[in-house]
Amino acid sequence: MAERVDFELATPERLFLTESVEMVVVPGTEGDFGVLSGHAPLISTIRPGAIAIYEGGRIARRIFVNGGIAEVSPERCTVLAEAAEPTDGLDRAAIERELQTLEGNLPLLREEIARASEAERERLLSELHSLERQAAIGRAKLQTLAEIERG
Amino acid sequence: MPSLKDLRNRIKSVQATQKITSAMKMVAASRLRRAQEQAEAARPYAERMERVVASLSRRMTGLSGAPPLLVGTGRDEAHLLVVTTSDRGLAGAFNASILREARRRIRELERGGKQVLILTIGRKGRDSLRRDYRRLIWESLTEVGRRRLSFEDAREIARPILDLFESGRFDRCTILYNRFRSALTQIVTAQQLVPLTAPEGAAAEEEGAAGAVHEFEPSEEEILSELLPQNLAVQIYRALLESAASEQGARMTAMDSATRNAGEMIDRLTLNYNRTRQAAITKELIEIISGAEAL
Repeated sequence: MAERVDFELATPERLFLTESVEMVVVPGTEGDFGVLSGHAPLISTIRPGAIAIYEGGRIARRIFVNGGIAEVSPERCTVLAEAAEPTDGLDRAAIERELQTLEGNLPLLREEIARASEAERERLLSELHSLERQAAIGRAKLQTLAEIERG
Repeated sequence: MPSLKDLRNRIKSVQATQKITSAMKMVAASRLRRAQEQAEAARPYAERMERVVASLSRRMTGLSGAPPLLVGTGRDEAHLLVVTTSDRGLAGAFNASILREARRRIRELERGGKQVLILTIGRKGRDSLRRDYRRLIWESLTEVGRRRLSFEDAREIARPILDLFESGRFDRCTILYNRFRSALTQIVTAQQLVPLTAPEGAAAEEEGAAGAVHEFEPSEEEILSELLPQNLAVQIYRALLESAASEQGARMTAMDSATRNAGEMIDRLTLNYNRTRQAAITKELIEIISGAEAL
């Protein structure tokens, strides 16, 4: 098992991680995909979820990313994520609280949009969009935690 | 001839100023280091992003249905100019050179019959451009990244720009900022953000040489529609980082020469002070001696 993949994870603010790994599984928008050495060149968007790094056939560590893009070439797998954090940094209680507030706010915002004037609507819609995104990220985090618990 | 007391006061006041300028120089130097580190850390993402965008845009240009952010609206009527300045002064020619270039461009565009919109970042830009071009200013932002510039700051600038583009208010967007070369030199740079100029650099060539033909998941169009707004924020983030480093560099240099000038001034004043003192002593001696001789 000599062939390895250079895995890079970059966020806008810094190069989060760069290392040589056996295999990495990336949560693509159209399904997870594993990258081994010699993978066909691919560019894919990714959904919020956990990237799993495999060593010796099992998961060595997981990193949560909140969406972005992955570029794969035979030697290399580059993930450009907007934000990344190791999954052991995730705090279930905090995420659940946040999600609850978000989901409480969403219907209110939708109502407001229904009543809003033309000029206001655009701004509110983009706000709604960003809240929905945050909620999706929160749900993905919880799902990741559930997966880890299942093992 | 100023009196001894005047000179003493003068020296004291220049010394106090020198203390301030030299402290400002130190502060600027340490902020500069931090800004440079931050700019360094942001580079990998920006470079890789550029590579992906380049590889996608090469496939998309010329095709119908290419997103307007990439190829433009097909018109060239309204221009949005993003002018990046600092909130604070005392940074040498930092703001002046950006504003000079901004004015030149605005005049040129208006002469060409184009419509101009201005977005100013930083208090200095707002204050200066508001005097002549109040009617053109679309938005003014101050205190951007006051503590520490984050990517979120850049995204908050990008979002309304994208909305504005979506509603068809401008066809071209250019950002003006000071690119950091060294603490001594900052280069006024204009970078077109919309439509995206195909980044022709080492990254693009490398890709071309490797001849990698990527598969896309989902389609190119969908990836691009996600990537281009993100790329806009990345470019803005980079410009803001460069500008922040340049600001500190320019301030450091300006404060360094101010400190040196103050030192020279103190030397001159001290010389003058000593001469005046000596003259007073001599005068007194002459008075005593001639008094004694007269007896």
